[in-house]
Amino acid sequence: MILALLALPTAAALAAYFMRADAPRRWLLVLAAVLHAALTAATWVTRAAPVASGWLALDAPGQLFLSITSVLFLMAAGYGVGYLRREHRGARTDFVEGLLFANAPEATFTACLLLFLAAMTLVCVSHRFGLLWVGIEATTLTSAPLIYFHRHHRSLEATWKYLMICSVGIALALLGNFFLTVAASNADGTVVPLILEDLVRSASRLHVLWLRAAFLLFLVGYGTKMGLAPLHTWLPDAHSEAPSVVSALLSGALLNCAFLGILRLQQVCVAAGEAAFGQELLVGFGLLSMAVAAVFVLGQPDYKRMLAYSSVEHMGILTLGVGLGGAATFGAMLHAVNHSLTKAMLFLVAGNILATYQSKSTADVRGVLRALPVSGLLWLTGLFAITGSPPFGAFLSELTIFKAALDHGRVVVAIAYLVLLALIFVGMATAMLQMAQGPADAPARRRGDTEPWLTIAPPAVLAAVVLGLGLYVPDAVRQVLEHAARAFG
Amino acid sequence: MAVVSFLPPLLALAGAPLLLGVINRTKAVVAGRIGQPLLQVYFDLAKLLRKGAVYSRTTTWIFRAAPCVGLAAMLSAATLVPLGGGAAPVAFAGDLVLFAYLLGVSRVFTVLAALDTGSSFEGMGASREVTFSALAEPALLLALAALARQTGSLSLSAMYARIGVGWTTAAPAFALLAGALLLVFLTENSRIPIDDPTTHLELTMIHEVMVLDHGGPDLACILYGSALKLWLLGALLVGILVPIRSGSAGLDVAAAVGGLLTLAMLIGLIESSMARLRLTRVPQFLVGAGVMSAVALLLTLR
Amino acid sequence: MWTDTLLVFLALSSLLLLGSSRLTRCIRIVAFQGVVLGALTLAVHRDGLSVRPLLLAVAIVGIKGVAFPWVLSRVLRAGEVRREVEPFISYNVSLVVGALTLGLSFWWSARLPLPMPPVSSLIVPIAFFTTLAGLFVIVSRRKALTQVLGYLVLENGIYAIGIGLVAETPMVVELGVLLDVFVAVFVMGIAIFHINREFDHIDADRLAVLRDWSA
Repeated sequence: MILALLALPTAAALAAYFMRADAPRRWLLVLAAVLHAALTAATWVTRAAPVASGWLALDAPGQLFLSITSVLFLMAAGYGVGYLRREHRGARTDFVEGLLFANAPEATFTACLLLFLAAMTLVCVSHRFGLLWVGIEATTLTSAPLIYFHRHHRSLEATWKYLMICSVGIALALLGNFFLTVAASNADGTVVPLILEDLVRSASRLHVLWLRAAFLLFLVGYGTKMGLAPLHTWLPDAHSEAPSVVSALLSGALLNCAFLGILRLQQVCVAAGEAAFGQELLVGFGLLSMAVAAVFVLGQPDYKRMLAYSSVEHMGILTLGVGLGGAATFGAMLHAVNHSLTKAMLFLVAGNILATYQSKSTADVRGVLRALPVSGLLWLTGLFAITGSPPFGAFLSELTIFKAALDHGRVVVAIAYLVLLALIFVGMATAMLQMAQGPADAPARRRGDTEPWLTIAPPAVLAAVVLGLGLYVPDAVRQVLEHAARAFG
Repeated sequence: MAVVSFLPPLLALAGAPLLLGVINRTKAVVAGRIGQPLLQVYFDLAKLLRKGAVYSRTTTWIFRAAPCVGLAAMLSAATLVPLGGGAAPVAFAGDLVLFAYLLGVSRVFTVLAALDTGSSFEGMGASREVTFSALAEPALLLALAALARQTGSLSLSAMYARIGVGWTTAAPAFALLAGALLLVFLTENSRIPIDDPTTHLELTMIHEVMVLDHGGPDLACILYGSALKLWLLGALLVGILVPIRSGSAGLDVAAAVGGLLTLAMLIGLIESSMARLRLTRVPQFLVGAGVMSAVALLLTLR
Repeated sequence: MWTDTLLVFLALSSLLLLGSSRLTRCIRIVAFQGVVLGALTLAVHRDGLSVRPLLLAVAIVGIKGVAFPWVLSRVLRAGEVRREVEPFISYNVSLVVGALTLGLSFWWSARLPLPMPPVSSLIVPIAFFTTLAGLFVIVSRRKALTQVLGYLVLENGIYAIGIGLVAETPMVVELGVLLDVFVAVFVMGIAIFHINREFDHIDADRLAVLRDWSA
């Protein structure tokens, strides 16, 4: 089943690349997404067996992140069909600067999307650290052409920064892999294979110094990919210049997969009794990310960039949760689910707003509630969901983390956490509420377009799920979350 | 024993102008000409000694003293440098520093004499010369330091006696050393690619322009001194590259002299095949040589 | 003995890269490094030549020594860019910094507690130095092409550290890493081509339109 999960998107990507007609290709995308989601759902019913002597396996954390990825991709694929239909062929004018540009060929776009899904699946199922590295590097390479879909100089600049910074970071993570191998070498020259289960089993025999160095490099390397400050500089550019479909996937799924890389090593550290070392670092990076995000969200003129900084903030919250340990880890896992779904929804709605208002500036957009009723409602829902208001899921997860911080006696951390959350709420609420209210201000020719159902159904579904998770977490989900949390301390 | 010990300086005194002749002959042969006779420099020296010198009114005693001081420094340096694994007449711990600074003394006086003439061409040549030698000196000293570290001695004679050991234990370091010393050799002797000894445009000269105003016996001293410098630095380089220790002192010395002649031919080939570097690139070249010596030193330090 | 010589070549090529001013020469230096790395893979295997290291060495030489320079040279030729490196930090200073970094690497790796002795005592310091040289090239040079070259040198250094510290990595992982780096360079080459077409230059520091503080 695991092999099917990997083979399906790859085969679909190849097929999509060579398909000439647009319409069948778009439906191939949706079909592949549906099948992938079905396979992932099947893994919840019957446990998937490990493949290739433990290299590929699906444990609780992997299943969690894989499910998030799969659901998000399904929604994105649905939205993407509507999006691709609306994109004009040939030269178009850029509305920020008025230059002419063209889009990348749709075949490349669709093929890269599917390969991106395959790469993220590989990251979620791989239990061998070397293969995990290959998967994360593959996600960088397959998502770079996606960012460069609108071929103009700003997206090129964003793509270049993304490529360079993430590749250098991931190269450092490769060095961390080598250090991990040194940590796992026995006195007689043999090495414990870098498979998660084997490392956890022989955790007490690992060399502490090398393990710590490896963790540090993993944190810096994969943290670059995840968007932890101060290594996040590529994130606002890439997430704001990419098409909204791609931004949703990048923010919602890719950042999680990069986090998984760090978490796998934390699993080994916990088993080796070195949890405390990693946790201090994680708390530090988490608070720093939240602080940096707060600074840049206040007064941010571009709403997609604002959403990107919000992603930085939430990655900080995730890191903080895992860094605090105990119940906060459960909160972090729950928060990963909530954030991914909500952020994806927000990006998809932002895409709708962009298409109608032809502007990325917060100051230019007014009256979304009147011009695009459903999108406006979803926009407001998203605001409350992402900033952690009840009854949405993010409230529960953020509260769990806060409570755990107080329980552990880390009062300073808890206070800083609250203050930063409040600052970000203020920043985002001012911008997003201003955009939603007021007279309908869209350019005349687009006013009065009814919202195509493909552009509002996926975000609506996501919003419903987030609301549902806030009210009730199903047992199966809760169990998986708890398993995952226990693995990471 | 005393005769053998004095052999290196005697050979230097006798054979230095021959090296210049070999270089010039090689260049001529490569260019398809017949060229000067091999002993031409000897004839030039004899001719210059018969001539008189003209001194400008702007010059002082430095201008008259500089050629003598330079030659004296070179002669003193000649007593320090071993050839063919034997010992030089004067050897004590730290004599490599004395060697480097004897070269420095001759250079300083040449530069002062050039400035003494009050001409702008000489001054320009002086400033270039000082810049380049300031950059070349670390390269030379670091290379000698690496050599000292590897052979475990601070005296030139002792270092070169134990060269064979160094090659077997630290071949890469020695190769780097030899490379760096070759670059320093080219710089100190004002060869291509640093300076073109046959150019007649003052704006492009570095060494030649400093000695433009000397004539007669002074010029003979300078010419002989530069030939000696060529021989001595060449002996240092050949000592590393040709570590033949056959047991018979005569054979070793003969091998070293053969090595020197081969080196002269090599210089001739380099001069024929390369052009001079742009002046702004020369510091880079020298820093590169310095870095090579530094790497060699690092390799011997671990 | 061969290992030591190859490692010295690796260090010298990194130093040469720090001091080179012409882009074509920089590409050739990195190609040479790739060949040296392939030869190093073979030299490090103490127990004779077998299929695995041979295959790996051929793959490394083929990809790093031939394919990458070809891709990057084509990118360079396709756009008529100025072939000068244009550094932020001058060549002389870069060379001196490189020599100091090499010294630092030697000092630092002498203090490293390795569980088992590596193949050669030179491998960890020189590989570490190559990694730092790659990072330095990325940060101190203006052109996007030199950033890619710096990334390649960084990868070379990390791979050399891997050779030095790790006895056996599975073939699949090695090939996977190679493939990833290959595709990365390919994608970067295409990106540079687009940058050149879009901007008429490949100065990465002029890609500064997207920012939060409008200076």
